[in-house]
Amino acid sequence: MKEKNQVMTANRLGDGAVVYLAEDDDWVLSLDAAEIAESEEEAIRLEERAGLAMKQQKVVGPYLFAVSVTGEYVAPISQREIIRAAGPTVGTDLPETTPLR
Amino acid sequence: MYQYNEFDHAFLKDRTAEFRDQVARRLAGELTEDEFKPLRLMNGLYLQLHAYMLRVAIPYGTLSAKQMRQLGMIAKRWDRDWGHFTTRQNIQYNWIKLDDVPDILDALAEVEMHAIQTSGNCIRNVTADQFAGVAADEIEDSRVWAEIIRQWSTLHPEFTFLPRKFKIAITGSEHDRAAVKLHDIGLRMRRNEAGETGFEVIVGGGQGRTPIVGETIRDFLPKQHLLSYLEAILRTYNLLGRRDNLYKARIKILVAAVGIEKFAEMVEEEWLEIKDSALALEPEQIRAIEEHFAPPQYETIAEPVAGFDAARFTDPAFAAWTRTNLFPHKQPGYAVVTVSLKPAGGVPGDATSAQMEALADLAEKYSLGELRIAHEQNVVLPDVRKQDLHRLWQELGEQGLADANIGLITDIISCPGLDYCNLANARAIPIAQRISRHFADPALQSEIGPITLNISGCINACGHHHVGNIGILGVDKKGVEHYQITIGGIADENAAVGRILGPSFPAEEVVDAIDTLIATFRKIREEGETFIDTVQRVGIQPFKETLYANH
Ligand code: HEM
Ligand code: SF4
Repeated sequence: MKEKNQVMTANRLGDGAVVYLAEDDDWVLSLDAAEIAESEEEAIRLEERAGLAMKQQKVVGPYLFAVSVTGEYVAPISQREIIRAAGPTVGTDLPETTPLR
Repeated sequence: MYQYNEFDHAFLKDRTAEFRDQVARRLAGELTEDEFKPLRLMNGLYLQLHAYMLRVAIPYGTLSAKQMRQLGMIAKRWDRDWGHFTTRQNIQYNWIKLDDVPDILDALAEVEMHAIQTSGNCIRNVTADQFAGVAADEIEDSRVWAEIIRQWSTLHPEFTFLPRKFKIAITGSEHDRAAVKLHDIGLRMRRNEAGETGFEVIVGGGQGRTPIVGETIRDFLPKQHLLSYLEAILRTYNLLGRRDNLYKARIKILVAAVGIEKFAEMVEEEWLEIKDSALALEPEQIRAIEEHFAPPQYETIAEPVAGFDAARFTDPAFAAWTRTNLFPHKQPGYAVVTVSLKPAGGVPGDATSAQMEALADLAEKYSLGELRIAHEQNVVLPDVRKQDLHRLWQELGEQGLADANIGLITDIISCPGLDYCNLANARAIPIAQRISRHFADPALQSEIGPITLNISGCINACGHHHVGNIGILGVDKKGVEHYQITIGGIADENAAVGRILGPSFPAEEVVDAIDTLIATFRKIREEGETFIDTVQRVGIQPFKETLYANH
């Protein structure tokens, strides 16, 4: 299956926080609330709205990234976007050490 | 320490006021990001994955207790209560808000600090041997020369728009603790046959995607000519360096293209023209700077120091720490202490604001008010009386700062990697954490002996992976984090770039792979050999064989 779902993201101008484009041109902190483009046409619409938000000094560096949608759950696909969405993984999600030989 | 003069103070004040205005205009929408970006970068402000990141310069790694306390205060007030000390002797704050930055810069200026020269194609913050001024093996205090270079290079009108960033490092001893052969210009203090001190000048070193060990273009440069000679190198580079291709713009590429002899010739030719210009340093000028670094009032202390020895004999944990974390001081009765920022499972180079405050207090109490930041991402207390070491060690322990692992396998250099950095391919810190947890046993570390293990999250090599005895480089393999392993890298006067052992490993297999390398070493090492000795004796083949035996 080819992944087509995309979300628009950027960093918020004031504090650099990771934000996602949602309904009513809101930029939200939670990926859950982000608007999902399911086609190229919808993606282009997101890009236009992001361009406007950039001109209005709301966000910096907007771009689209791929997500997977399972039922009601949205998840980024790349490690980079997982870390942007969930925060640094420092000391959290890697398996414990292997035994010494 | 160097104290700012009126010019320095006025300049910084203007500069922060100017940036305050630029930030206000940006937030009001009068400046676009394209217009603002170069302005913020000139003030050390990057935009990273999760927030703005502010990189603050610690020139040649020297800090007063007051400055360290202020760095802690900034972390507490404007960041998430911690900061990250880097291989470039900077501190990076990872969670900064844009409109707080002018206030932070003011707070830095209060203690004579700033974030200039930490970004952009200028001469960057000069780095130096972290033991400068106190090391028993030192020829001369390199901070004097680092400061002279700092004054000359900060905002040098001719060199603010170089083809690419430019890094200068300096070491005051024969033994290089500042990785000078891996910088655009490396300076090593030398004594000539007449007993005069001067510099060996090395150019064209660097890491990044094309790691190159610098070569000597002058064996001995008399001290008074330092600036004119540097200027001649910079001019030659500024004129001929490539501006058309980012990856080919560093001086190392130019030197490799024209050859070291030809490059040296061009520099000497340029130098002859300006050698006796205003750049020649007069003895009074040098003396004026030297006064700032005059040795403190040391006490006369007879060796051996009975209290110190008694503590070593009765407290094995303390004795272990003294074996790894002390360095011989010039002055009898004193020691240079390296405080490890590498607890098992911790983030290399991170310090909480409470730790920074405690280090400031301890520096005042035990180290004549001074600290240093080592490029290995540790903190140094340079002037500790031996009779105070046991107490200091106990107090460090209360802050989680008493790890006895300097120079051992858990003293890992790591860049921020994909957890913070916008350019990363893979995570670096969690790999460092797993490795340091794996090798945490002090007896095991001591048996493995001296070794360097460095990790970078991409080929830019901010974590010095090319020159680690073991180097780990994060790569992206079809969207999955992988790690390429090298061995044989060396960062000191015998600098060498490590060799790649073979195909990369996924994250889950990295610790196992490192464990295999160490097991192989322990099996084939000869009496008294360090890891790098063994690699140099047997080559990479035996390591390659065991590492890929099951693949
Ligand atoms: C977080 C943002 C960072 C960015 C965007 C960044 C970017 C870069 C880039 C692009 C290079 C390659 C330069 C070249 O080869 O021309 C580089 C090299 C380097 N950086 Fe960073 N870096 C970052 C963080 C750090 C950190 C945290 C450290 C210290 C731990 C560091 C220290 C170095 C060093 C030592 C080099 C290699 C030396 C050389 O320039 O040849 N950087 N960096
Ligand atoms: S080496 Fe790469 S990942 Fe690490 S800090 Fe430098 S640019 Fe970022």
